[in-house]
Amino acid sequence: MAGNASPRCGDFKTSYAADTTIFQTPLSRYATLSGIALMALAPLSFAGFEPVSDYAIALLIQIGYLGVAALGLNILVGFTGQISLGHSAFFGFGAFASAWLNNSFGIPVVIAMPLAGLMTTAVGMVFGIPAARIKGLYLAIATLASQFILQDFFSRADWFTGGTAGALAEPFSLFGWKLGGDREYFYVVLVTVVLLYLAAANLMRSRDGRALVAVRDHYLSAEVMGVNLTKYRILSFGISSFYAGIGGALFAHYLQFVSVEGFDLLLSVQFLGMIIIGGLGSVAGTLMGTAFMVLLPELMGGIIGALQQTDWGNIPAVTQGLAFLKQAAIGLAIVLFLIFEPDGLAHRWQLIKSYWRLYPFSY
Amino acid sequence: MNDSLLLQLIVNGLILGTLYGVVAMCFTLIYKASQVVNFAQGEFLLIGAWVCWWVLTDLGLPFWLGFPVTLVFMMAFGIILQVVVLRPMIGEPIISVIMVTIGLSIFFQSTMKWIFGVIVQPFPPIFETQSVSILGLNVQPAYLMSLFVSLVIMGGFAVFFKYSKLGLAMRATAFNQQVAQSLGISVQKMFALSWAISAMVSALAGVVFGIVNGVSSALSLFGIKVFPAVILGGLDSIVGAIVGGLIIGLLENIAQYVDGEWLNIGNLYNIAPLYVLVIILMIRPYGLFGTEKIERL
Repeated sequence: MAGNASPRCGDFKTSYAADTTIFQTPLSRYATLSGIALMALAPLSFAGFEPVSDYAIALLIQIGYLGVAALGLNILVGFTGQISLGHSAFFGFGAFASAWLNNSFGIPVVIAMPLAGLMTTAVGMVFGIPAARIKGLYLAIATLASQFILQDFFSRADWFTGGTAGALAEPFSLFGWKLGGDREYFYVVLVTVVLLYLAAANLMRSRDGRALVAVRDHYLSAEVMGVNLTKYRILSFGISSFYAGIGGALFAHYLQFVSVEGFDLLLSVQFLGMIIIGGLGSVAGTLMGTAFMVLLPELMGGIIGALQQTDWGNIPAVTQGLAFLKQAAIGLAIVLFLIFEPDGLAHRWQLIKSYWRLYPFSY
Repeated sequence: MNDSLLLQLIVNGLILGTLYGVVAMCFTLIYKASQVVNFAQGEFLLIGAWVCWWVLTDLGLPFWLGFPVTLVFMMAFGIILQVVVLRPMIGEPIISVIMVTIGLSIFFQSTMKWIFGVIVQPFPPIFETQSVSILGLNVQPAYLMSLFVSLVIMGGFAVFFKYSKLGLAMRATAFNQQVAQSLGISVQKMFALSWAISAMVSALAGVVFGIVNGVSSALSLFGIKVFPAVILGGLDSIVGAIVGGLIIGLLENIAQYVDGEWLNIGNLYNIAPLYVLVIILMIRPYGLFGTEKIERL
């Protein structure tokens, strides 16, 4: 549509290729590419450019590895319509698996990370077996149980997780070149994020991706049309666990230490919050939701920290209970988004885009 | 073998089981009436126990006065929660409804931690004697009270639903909302009422548990423990909830006994009900007493 003087109004697609394209307009393709390029430049510091602070890099890395895991959950929940309350357990499993493969067998981290993803896939498919028989809220409860069962496994499997002591993970290295620092590791995360997001966007254009969406939209019709429900439900759990495992492995080699604590129900709920706030069934929205979920507590901490400097802002009840307030804000954000913006940030973004595309007309 | 320990654990299991049964009943009540799976059920116990604790210690009210105050507060809380948060969710997909209650659960849990701290706070003593001996077993009077209160609640529920007009209206709403509405029953009121009753009775269970073990954020664990009970009994069966609660309470304590005597795995107490839950979901998702959903094209 570039070069067409009149603004686009509505989606008029004349070919299947146009319907399944990832980027609807050339502009969005270039915007995405330049966004990636900008990200690639972020850790560098040129003369004249203020270097992006270490704090911002750390946040971006966090958004990266959580975003990968959240995308897996979005494939499961947003695209296939299955509910999982145990995603953080798979995230944790990936973290431990990567550290374990590296520590016990000396497998280089580059290879250990995808292998950890595959191990998590296997575990996820085992815990996805109930999905073959049950769905909806029963599945939610079954995955809740798997969350606690896996957490219990982490705390008692000393050979795998190091028990209560936790596991050490080697820093990432490529052909003997160590990527220890945040600024170097950022590129590892960036490459992984770009690859996996591209893979997910492409998955949704494929036959299997359409089958997943069919299972979500009307599983009876899907089955009548020849979609194997059991296969695709378990496959969806597998894919989602793979993403969780890779995200966990990124997390493990970033922190270089994996503790048994932390992969709890709250993190699972946070993952669900990310995809709800971002938009269920939206690949790009997942990243927005993750950024929101990561930045919200940071922003709160920043605001309260700034208020503390002033005379009237130093309320001990607020500053001491900040950790709980951050948690409460996460819960509140999920509730408010579900009531007022159930389609998430991705939907809001679409509305803003179409508003400006058609400006000054309303539609 | 340690017979007296086993007996003690079974008695504990029965008493805890009745409490689980009561909470499971409250959960089922909400599910039956408004088709909402309440992941924040444990927080009802938590809030109820903390409010009662606050009224008794900080305001210094006697128990007979402080307890009704708590109940009134919880009734208002349940109604407000239903009207403000859950009513806009009617007709939304199931994942949204589940996530709203999970979000509420996180919100209330952390707010309670923020207000009251994370330290276990004991209730002011309500009974003079520390333990009563029944058949050679030491039983705390609070446990006895808990058993008694639970049985009274269960009986009260039975009478309420069977004989009162309001109970009949609630059953009609649970059976079919459209038909109930066409007969002049305010479905909205019934929804709010079910949340109010559920919050009140849950708070009562929370207070009873708090009297025995002290009040802490551990109370919200009830919200998780209730799932094995309701799934075992059948999600939409009140009788099933009670039976499921009893079985899970017993199972926990027997698991603890088996664990302590032979297996030495540790933590089996907490994790055994969840294995049972998964197994039931795999072989009989509608539980012992629930209605089996048959899907037809």
